[in-house]
Parts: sequence; C-alpha cells; structure tokens
Amino acid sequence: MCLAVPGKVVEIVGEGELRMGKVDFSGVKREASLAFVPEVQLGDYVLVHVGFAISRIDEEQAMETLAALREIGELGELDRPDEVPPPPGRRGES
Amino acid sequence: MRHVDEYRDPAAVEAVVRRIHATVTRPWTLMEVCGGQTHSILKFGMDELLPENVRLVHGPGCPVCVTPLELIDRAIAIASRPDVTFCSFGDMLRVPGSRDDLLKVKARGGDVRIVYSPLDALRLARQHPERKVVFFAVGFETTAPANAMAVHRAKAEGLANFSVLVAHVLVPPALEALLASDDSQIQGLLAPGHVCAVTGYRDYEPVSEKHRIPIVVTGFEPLDLLNGVLAAVTQLERGEARVENQYARVVAREGNPAAQRMIEDVFVVSDRSWRGLGEIPKSGYALSPRYAAFDAERVFDVGGITVSEPEACRAGLVLQGRLRPTDCPEFGTRCTPEHPLGATMVSTEGACAAYFHYRRGPRETAAAAG
Repeated sequence: MCLAVPGKVVEIVGEGELRMGKVDFSGVKREASLAFVPEVQLGDYVLVHVGFAISRIDEEQAMETLAALREIGELGELDRPDEVPPPPGRRGES
Repeated sequence: MRHVDEYRDPAAVEAVVRRIHATVTRPWTLMEVCGGQTHSILKFGMDELLPENVRLVHGPGCPVCVTPLELIDRAIAIASRPDVTFCSFGDMLRVPGSRDDLLKVKARGGDVRIVYSPLDALRLARQHPERKVVFFAVGFETTAPANAMAVHRAKAEGLANFSVLVAHVLVPPALEALLASDDSQIQGLLAPGHVCAVTGYRDYEPVSEKHRIPIVVTGFEPLDLLNGVLAAVTQLERGEARVENQYARVVAREGNPAAQRMIEDVFVVSDRSWRGLGEIPKSGYALSPRYAAFDAERVFDVGGITVSEPEACRAGLVLQGRLRPTDCPEFGTRCTPEHPLGATMVSTEGACAAYFHYRRGPRETAAAAG
C-alpha cells in the first residue's frame, strides 16, 4: 500500500494544488500530481505514490548514501574471514 | 531504474551483510513496521542473509490487513447499492467480509472498480454525475495526502456525488501500543520510509526515548533494508537508543509540509479500531466536520453495521509480530491466497501472503536481483 516508485519529471503544467507533471519511470510515462512538491523542477526525480509525488529525491543525500556504501565495501575487506555470511539459501525451517 | 538499481547491487549487499555479521555479538529482535518492507525482505530473501541471532519480526504496517471486518461489511453494503460506483485499490477487493467480499459484489453485477489513484475516482464522479461515486480511502499516512486532496478537490468543484469511506490509520500510536505490551520482544524498529516521507520522524523520537529502543527510518530496496538493520544492531550493540534516518534521499526530519497541510485541512485525528490490535486511541483519521458531506458512512447510513472479528484467523498475532505465518496451523492448508481466512493472506503486503509466495516456490535472492 505504501509502495512508491521513483521517476524523472519530464513535463510540468498547472500550479498550486492543480500542479501536474509527467513522470518517466524507465521509459513508461505517467501523469502525477506535483501539488505536494512545489520545489520540484524539470529533470528532478520524485517518489510517486497513488498518482502523487510525495517527495523530491535529494541527489546529494543519495550520493552520500552511496559513498557510505562504498566505504563499507572497502572496510569490509578488513572483516574477519570467519564472519563471512553463509550463501543465500534456506536456513532452519523458515 | 535510477534510484533503484544502485540499491540492489550484489557486491554492496554482500559488503553490508558482512558488516552486519561483524557487528552482531548477541541476539537481537527487530521489527520492520511496513508491509512493503516485509514483502521486500521475503522477496529478496534478506532475512536469510542475516546472522542467525538477528530475528526480523513483521509489523502491522499493512493497511488492508488492519482494516476491521465491520468496515469491510460497510463497504460491501455501500458497493451493493445499484446507484453506487464503488472505487478501491485492488488489494481490498478480495478481503473477506463476514459473508462476502467486494469481488463477489462485482461478480453479482455491482459497479465495483479498481483504481490506481483517488484522482481516478474523482474523474469518474465528474464524468458520471448520475452515479454516486464512493472511494474506499484506506491507508497509512503515506496515502492520506492523496486521499485528502481528492476530498478537497471534490468540495472545491462542488462534486456532490463523491464521497469517501475512510479507513485511515497512523503508525506511531500502533507502535506505542505494541511496545507498551509487557511481553514485547521488540528491541529495535525499522520505521516505514514512505510514511516518514510525509510525516517526517519527529513523532518517533518520544517513542524511541520512552521505550529506549533504536528506531531507524528505512527504505524499501535490499540495501536500504540492510542499512536499516545495520544501523539498528550497531545502536543496540553500543547500548544506544535514538531515531536515525537511513533514508535521507527521500525523508527529511520535518517530512513534507505541503502534504501535511492537506491532511490537516481534510482530516482530524480519531480513535480507530485495528484488526488484530483492537481499539487504539487517536490512531487514525476521520473526515473533519467541514467535509462531513463527503463521508460515505453518513451519506449511506451504514454506521449501524457492526460485527465481531472471526476466531479461526490468527492474523492479529501475525500483525503484532507474535506469530510467524508459517507457524499458523491454517497456513497453506485451510488458508491460501485463493481461499484466505484473513486479510494478511490477501494483501500483497500481508505477511502471510509474502511467506506463501516467497517461501513456497522459487525465490529471488538479493544477489540475483542486481
């Protein structure tokens, strides 16, 4: 129910609570309300839920998260070998 | 897809999993609150990548699952009227009421429609002034701004043939109810990222402080979820308990002010009955008196329909993280997605349905998803 999908804003029409946009989800374009993201400009990525953009995706924060992940990957080389996780597969009865 | 693929990278998944294994020294029990997160965890098999002593239990964050039976029966009563076009998100259609479900109403000739957005229902009301168009406004805070906007626009446009059956619930009061239980085993929470995109996470700070547990605002992709788990177990191992945001590309502490204003315009906080959890004070939304003319329960006078919850279904325990779906004696036998006893087996976000789909057949692992 809380599923929201990121897409790129490729068209904006209207203003205020009638502000609408066309959002490109990997080639599939759909209309979405931009009423709740007044700061969004053409080319921004937004998170769309039931036809409404609920958040502008913050590129700087995204880069920081990815940089932190790269750092974990590099530091991971130092983790002890006996702590390597088991390969994916069923564990126990779950 | 940008902002998705990066968070499914197999090498990064392996690195974060390795870090989690290196961090954990003791058993910990975490609850992911949102049904979408449960679905993602089971789909990508992430629970199986974690150390054996890190247990994920699944929370009540599936709005379809917690909608009480009597509201389903009220929906069915409204949808059965010949003058009504009843619109709903698809998940609600197969949730069993006490005798029927909305899909059966449709099969009998009722005008029941699946919509993608509340704006679709509003469009139908504009196009068919001769019909009474009712939208089943189900959801958590994530969906509330959209549903509020539909009601707001209906009033602005004078659409007297539009109304909503409101079943809105709020996450923090439900968490408070779960954590206040004497035998709660929850030691850390992964807070629902898309709810927090709307509300922010200030409301979670007193919950974390009062119950001394880490709450990590978490997204939905494999790396988002693993980062959430890593942040929670890191806090637990250090003896810390605070709210942390692992989904900063989407969530700000103060949330989305424009969306919050729309909610405040249309809804008021109200007591709500949750399937499986019972009545929780101030845990939902009702229409503000200014929008009472758009309240389907008033328009169709269905408030008198009351029923008690069925006893065979143990969904209540599942929704509280007290029963793993596969431990239910009815799971996969008397209760399947084709013949569900309760909503947790129907909704795509229900924990029972997630186990049924991803623990009984070929499974996609996080490593294979990249």
